[in-house]
Amino acid sequence: MGIATAALALSATACGKSSNDTGSSSTSGSKATKVAIAYDIGGRGDQSFNDAAYAGLKKAEDELGVKGSEAEPSQGESDADKVARLTSLARAGNNPVIGVGFSYAPAIAKVAKSFPKTTFGLIDDTSVTAPNIANLVFNEEQGSYLAGVAAAKTSKSGTVGFIGGVEVPLIKKFEAGFTQGVKDTNPKAKVLTQYLTQPPNFDGFSKPDLGKAAAQGQIDKGADVIYAAAGLAGSGSIEAAATAKKWAIGVDSDQYNQAGLSSYKDYILTSVTKNVSGSVFNLIKSVKDGKPESGEIRYGLATDGVGLADSNPAYKKMTDVIAAVDAAKKNIVDGKITVKTAP
Amino acid sequence: MMKIDKDKLIIGAAGPVLALVTSFVLTVLVLAASGLDPIEPIRLMIENAGYSDVQVLIVNQTGIYYLAALAVAIGFRMNLFNIGVDGQYRLAAMVSALVGAAVELPGPLHILLIVLVAMATGAFWSGIAGILKTTRGVSEVVSTIMLNAITTSLVAWLILPKNFGVQPPGSNDLTTGQIAESGWFPGIDMGEGGQIYGFTFVALALGVVYWFVINRTRFGFDLRATGESESAAQASGVDAKKMILTAMLISGALAGLSGMPILLGESHTYSLAFPVGVGFTAITVALLGRNHPVGILFSALLFAFLDKASSNLDVSGYPKEITQIMQGIIVIAVVVSYELVRRYGLRRQQQKVGEELAAGGAIKTDKEVAA
Repeated sequence: MGIATAALALSATACGKSSNDTGSSSTSGSKATKVAIAYDIGGRGDQSFNDAAYAGLKKAEDELGVKGSEAEPSQGESDADKVARLTSLARAGNNPVIGVGFSYAPAIAKVAKSFPKTTFGLIDDTSVTAPNIANLVFNEEQGSYLAGVAAAKTSKSGTVGFIGGVEVPLIKKFEAGFTQGVKDTNPKAKVLTQYLTQPPNFDGFSKPDLGKAAAQGQIDKGADVIYAAAGLAGSGSIEAAATAKKWAIGVDSDQYNQAGLSSYKDYILTSVTKNVSGSVFNLIKSVKDGKPESGEIRYGLATDGVGLADSNPAYKKMTDVIAAVDAAKKNIVDGKITVKTAP
Repeated sequence: MMKIDKDKLIIGAAGPVLALVTSFVLTVLVLAASGLDPIEPIRLMIENAGYSDVQVLIVNQTGIYYLAALAVAIGFRMNLFNIGVDGQYRLAAMVSALVGAAVELPGPLHILLIVLVAMATGAFWSGIAGILKTTRGVSEVVSTIMLNAITTSLVAWLILPKNFGVQPPGSNDLTTGQIAESGWFPGIDMGEGGQIYGFTFVALALGVVYWFVINRTRFGFDLRATGESESAAQASGVDAKKMILTAMLISGALAGLSGMPILLGESHTYSLAFPVGVGFTAITVALLGRNHPVGILFSALLFAFLDKASSNLDVSGYPKEITQIMQGIIVIAVVVSYELVRRYGLRRQQQKVGEELAAGGAIKTDKEVAA
């Protein structure tokens, strides 16, 4: 019996999967263009990332009158399951079909061949290409570089912190850009780096307590600006920084305006934005207009695909910081600064 | 000739059946309570299972669960609880993928090497827990859970590009590099439906081997005896420590094999997207299957069906999490119903013995009267 009881406790925890969306609209025989988004394991729990893709779909539904479907991954699935999911979405007449996250790459490579007339969107990956695949990629490192400049300029202690959600190459791009931005601005500054979890444990994107503890640790070591690229876990870092009256830098969307964080917003210096919703919307629009996007569609600083938010009035008053950020931005756009994508 | 004990069979099947019925009824209630049509999702799942591509997915997943559940079951037979199957599975898949990508050998040898490395890695990892148990008395429950956590860190470190990992250009994934085609296990092409992994049949064959070893060999007898009572087994000359270590090693080797269907049949690399959690589901599968190779087969099939047939419920507006609720309830129901059935069986046995004794007593009295 001991064994069975322990199994019980264990399976109960093993079964816990986040469900961020279940109420998808059904796609029953209307004439409207049908589009579909398939969420992914790699992005799972990374609330801001999935939600941003959904926001793009929502906007397309409202403005373009398309019918959207969403599909979520199952726990512990393999490429074969993704192939089946994309196939059924494409077979149902959805166009485009968008795979959120790099783990869809092998599946899209296969399915795109079977449905040459359907456009497939693939976010965060350029390793598979075809005429009917649009690779939507972002220069996260460029936006993070600007955050590094702002952090180095604002820091009084000369120590700043970087918190990554899960140690995957995507988040390393944020780290690389941020560190480079700090060092280019103040070579003597110290960057404390910490990752919350390692794959396949994606808690680092979803558990605010982890972000909070990490931020507190960095504050204890003297950091006075903390940049967290950790999805929902980052809100814990923002809370810790605000409680200690230190600066926090948000990620993905403009977190100063995020309702759940309103009590800490005075301490949110800025946020590195990533226009996932815009990229999804643009792709859907291009297909609807009959000129589907194809190949690599890059969202960088030049096109405002990534950027730095300036909603905080306190930030707007820091004219020297803004000047430094603008100068850095110009240098990156002009190609005078190349930002590294790996630390 | 083996005589099938009808009573034993009924009691054996009653537990799982009771558990399944309970979980089904409760799931329907949960759906109804949340204001959804309780029958429609189940109808959709059955309809989904009619599609050939979903059928192939179910068969393939059954093979994976079957291997992992055998790994759990061999421990259970020994009264050992190997929670580390998931960690052993991940580490073995990763290390064997690395070795497989690094070498190139003629077909069968290449596959054999990958499989052997996977078994050795899994056995090594569970063997640590085995040695800790036999030498220091550390509970394998605790040590295997800890080894799972260590696996996560170890694999994350090994797969870094500066160590052994490969980041394909333009990708945000990390892999161990592609295994050459000589190391791919041929599958059965089902046309539209996809491919059934060849390793699925290896899994089934191992089920037969498992049955034979447990029921028809001296080793199997010693294993079961030690599981029933360690001290009694020891008294009759079984080296309990050796049995614990051996069982852990076999369990780990089987856990290592459970990554092979996907590695050899589909992904041909270990990447960040490699499925996780197989080892945990396998615990439930083994429990529901009562550690019997046929029982496990059916429960693996059931769990694969729940997983795969539900995968596009959300597109129809129903939460696919209902299958997780169902699986969770199965675990609870299994534990409760097994205990109920065990008590019932015990009572029935006592009754029978009582009846026989009473009958024997009656005869005796008759004789006494005659005399």
